[in-house]
Amino acid sequence: MDSATLIGIASIVTSGLTMAIGSIGPALAQGRAVAQALGSLAQQPDEASTITRTLFVGLAMIESIAIYCFVLAMILIFANPFWRLLSAGAGG
Amino acid sequence: MDISPDSVVIWEWKWVSINATILFTWLVMALLVIGSWLATRGLSAGVKISRWQNLLEILVVGMRDQIREISDQEPSAYLPFVGTLFLFIASSNVLSIVPGYHPPTGSLSTTSALALCVLVAVPIFGISKRGLVGYLKHYIEPSALMLPFHIVGEASRTLTLAVRLFGNVMSGTMIIAILLIVAPLFFPVIMRALELLIGLIQAYIFAVLATVYIASATSAHWEVEKKSEEKEGA
Repeated sequence: MDSATLIGIASIVTSGLTMAIGSIGPALAQGRAVAQALGSLAQQPDEASTITRTLFVGLAMIESIAIYCFVLAMILIFANPFWRLLSAGAGG
Repeated sequence: MDISPDSVVIWEWKWVSINATILFTWLVMALLVIGSWLATRGLSAGVKISRWQNLLEILVVGMRDQIREISDQEPSAYLPFVGTLFLFIASSNVLSIVPGYHPPTGSLSTTSALALCVLVAVPIFGISKRGLVGYLKHYIEPSALMLPFHIVGEASRTLTLAVRLFGNVMSGTMIIAILLIVAPLFFPVIMRALELLIGLIQAYIFAVLATVYIASATSAHWEVEKKSEEKEGA
């Protein structure tokens, strides 16, 4: 198996695994956050605007972890530096 | 497939090259400036106001109230900066519904520039409110051992601001591009709606986080302690 094939296999498998495993944590965390927020809304409905705003800010921060994994997966597939190095070396 | 509008070069002449990011950034800026100028030409203080003045008033008053609620301080000093952040990011994300448009916030250059603006603005607001010594003292606030944590925290806050906005907008455009290969017309329309919603939420989040960082730098800890002491004494 030459290095080009190896790099191709490693990039694809890694990007798939990154996205799959990397989205488990944020999904569980967001579920807990929303559940807590709903409980607080039921207990104190007149604080709804503060609770909702804080919920959205918290969700966005948790979401960014999943976004980091997505960006890494995209880089591995579409802007892979090792792949470009190899194809430049083979073509040139 | 281009991962970023930085690589789409529109016009080149000797050493000047205009890429899609620069073009669409200036387009959004021109849209915001010309729209606001047109709407504020005949401002009236009476009961009858034009629709555009009404729209601008709703936007500005809404942002001002949000800043006042979040930072617990007078919002007029922060409104221009935070308001501009929100309006620029929201317009550039929502305009992605126009065909042929590449959102400039989908490029890491734009989002890094915006995050660097926030990084610079926090010390400026902090020093103007608390003085140089007062602002620098908050770096060693609980104890001098916290100094490296504060510095690394500031750097990572800026980084996450940039990457969060870039990742959200870039993923929206990339998903549309990929889905168009697989299933034309119907499913991409749903993803477009999601992309608009996420764009607006991310604009709000960026502005709210900028306000929170500025507020944490400008509100002195001793004010909070004094208030709690007064409450205990009374």
